[in-house]
Amino acid sequence: MLKMTHLSKVYRTEVVETYALRDFNIDVKEGEFVAVTGPSGSGKTTFLTIAGLLETFTGGEYLLDGQSVSNLDDNARSRIRNEKIGFIFQAFNLIPDLNVFDNVEVPLRYRGMKAPERKERIMNALERVGLASRARHYPAELSGGQQQRVAIARALAGSPRLLLADEPTGNLDTQMARGVLELLEEIHREGATIVMVTHDPELAARAQRNVHIIDGQVVDLAEDPRFHTAYTAAAGQIRG
Amino acid sequence: MFAYYLQLGLRSLRRNPMLTALMVMAIGFGVSASMITYSVFRAVSGNPIPEKSSQLFVPQIDSWGPGLNEKGEPPGALNYVDAMALMRAHQSSRMTLIYQIVLSTLPRDADSVPVSSTGYAVTADFFTMFDVPFAYGAGWSNADDDARAGDVVLSQEFNQRLFGGANSVGQKITLSGHDYRIVGVTKHWNPAPRFYDAWGGSGFGNPPDFYLALNRALDLKIDNAGRNSCRGAITYNGWDQYLQSNCIWLMPWVELDTSSDVERYHRFLESYSADQQHAGRFGWAPNVRLPDVMKWLDVEKIVPPESRISLIVALSFFVICLVNTIGLLLAKFMRRAGEIGVRRALGATRHEIYAQYLVEAAAVGLAGGFIGLLLTAVGMSGVGVLFAPDIARLAHLDFSLIGLTLALAIFATVAAAFYPAWRAAQVQPAWQLKSN
Repeated sequence: MLKMTHLSKVYRTEVVETYALRDFNIDVKEGEFVAVTGPSGSGKTTFLTIAGLLETFTGGEYLLDGQSVSNLDDNARSRIRNEKIGFIFQAFNLIPDLNVFDNVEVPLRYRGMKAPERKERIMNALERVGLASRARHYPAELSGGQQQRVAIARALAGSPRLLLADEPTGNLDTQMARGVLELLEEIHREGATIVMVTHDPELAARAQRNVHIIDGQVVDLAEDPRFHTAYTAAAGQIRG
Repeated sequence: MFAYYLQLGLRSLRRNPMLTALMVMAIGFGVSASMITYSVFRAVSGNPIPEKSSQLFVPQIDSWGPGLNEKGEPPGALNYVDAMALMRAHQSSRMTLIYQIVLSTLPRDADSVPVSSTGYAVTADFFTMFDVPFAYGAGWSNADDDARAGDVVLSQEFNQRLFGGANSVGQKITLSGHDYRIVGVTKHWNPAPRFYDAWGGSGFGNPPDFYLALNRALDLKIDNAGRNSCRGAITYNGWDQYLQSNCIWLMPWVELDTSSDVERYHRFLESYSADQQHAGRFGWAPNVRLPDVMKWLDVEKIVPPESRISLIVALSFFVICLVNTIGLLLAKFMRRAGEIGVRRALGATRHEIYAQYLVEAAAVGLAGGFIGLLLTAVGMSGVGVLFAPDIARLAHLDFSLIGLTLALAIFATVAAAFYPAWRAAQVQPAWQLKSN
């Protein structure tokens, strides 16, 4: 579903080059639920934005659903985002002016779908996240957990094959986080491919596979000494 | 998608009512100032006879010479001798001579006192050359001119005053003690500017009361009440000497149908002037002009300078308003960078973001256009502060101006939004979402 080979991402200024990703390799099969972990600044979010075609990469190759995305123009990238990818963000990123129904409708509008089909998909997605009764509410009228459920409904409405989640429970309390995670697991069981970036070891443990990123590279957890250093530090923070 | 964008735009405008009001008022004031002054400018600078303006020409002959003319240009009218010579030459398909006269009219009601009325002495071709519309009857014929008939055509307004608007053709009217036969009554006809008398008058007065046969007016030695310009020592004494003087007062117009006719007539004017030089009447080489209607209006500078200046000032004000609107739109759009990032992530292309914000700007422009219309309607009543009364009364709000006001407001606002919308479309979704 998602394959990156020797991928690199460099941010250049006049005086310095910063590698966000370096010789980055990952292969996510269709139907997998992969958790991407790593310390802050390791390149997790950069990986996710490149995977979601929100950002271009500097070198290497990226095949999405078997198609190379290197030379796609803005229109083609937008179309793929719209039709194949669903995003779930830590900050929910709902549009505050739009009510729940209209927020979920956004990706469907850009797909040029007719109104009756849009309505059916929106209501199905909202029922699935348990918020059909809140369709006319505005984001500010909902709790954090409910807002994230709306964001998930928005991602699901377009029936994407790949769901990219960036710290989906990062802004939620434990109970709400658990609810959102159960929803993601349910979506995965129904066949969606999910790539989830998280700091949370408990959350990562619920995924089928964990990928750890350090300094812009995927590392083998058993062998790379950098993992042990980072893991020890992270564990210390958790204990503290 | 247009309906969706419009819906989003209106929603966005409602979200920031103060910012929206500022933009709408800026557009409204700018567009109304422009439209008010434009309505005046349009009235004074338009083509008064578009269907024939390129076929009607003013023959100009330099009868004063380089020592007396202005900056080498021939005078704007003809003296009697040259005017009659051109009439007799019959070198154009139609020709008329015009001069303004003022006569006292004896009302039909015996108890009323005579009133002063203003008209023009013209030849028969005047009516056909200028497509004068008639309510009753018609103009007189060239044969009537030759027969020096005492015919008169009344304007609709004058006929209304004298005959209550009834068909007065065939009746007699007494003007300064002489009886004339009414042969026609025009419909309302007052081209603005009054091109045929641009040299003699302001170009924007009320319609004349009547048109009198020129030959009869000359026979009766009716004085020229319009512009008269003489050079050197004034030596004439009495009517006959006045006719032979270098004073110019007769406004000539010729109708020439093709460009070859124009060239031929121009050669004729040069030939005529050369003949006058050889005859010793002109002590200078031929110096002639043959401008058409629009060129003639330029020559006579018929557009009041204040209308041009006020239009420029108003348009400058509008540009300032638009520059402010650009700033406000930029601030408004970029405040929604987060939303733009989300929309881009969910599949919106740059073009779609661009279109969305241009439609939103068009909604601002439309609202500004309606405010502008309202202000224009109010402002029309104050045009008299800026312009002379005969100019100010030309300004009016018609359907074309309403359409133009709305179109200008929308077009200008959308144009002003090109840059802010482009900036919005350039928002990098990855950066925006990371910063969130």
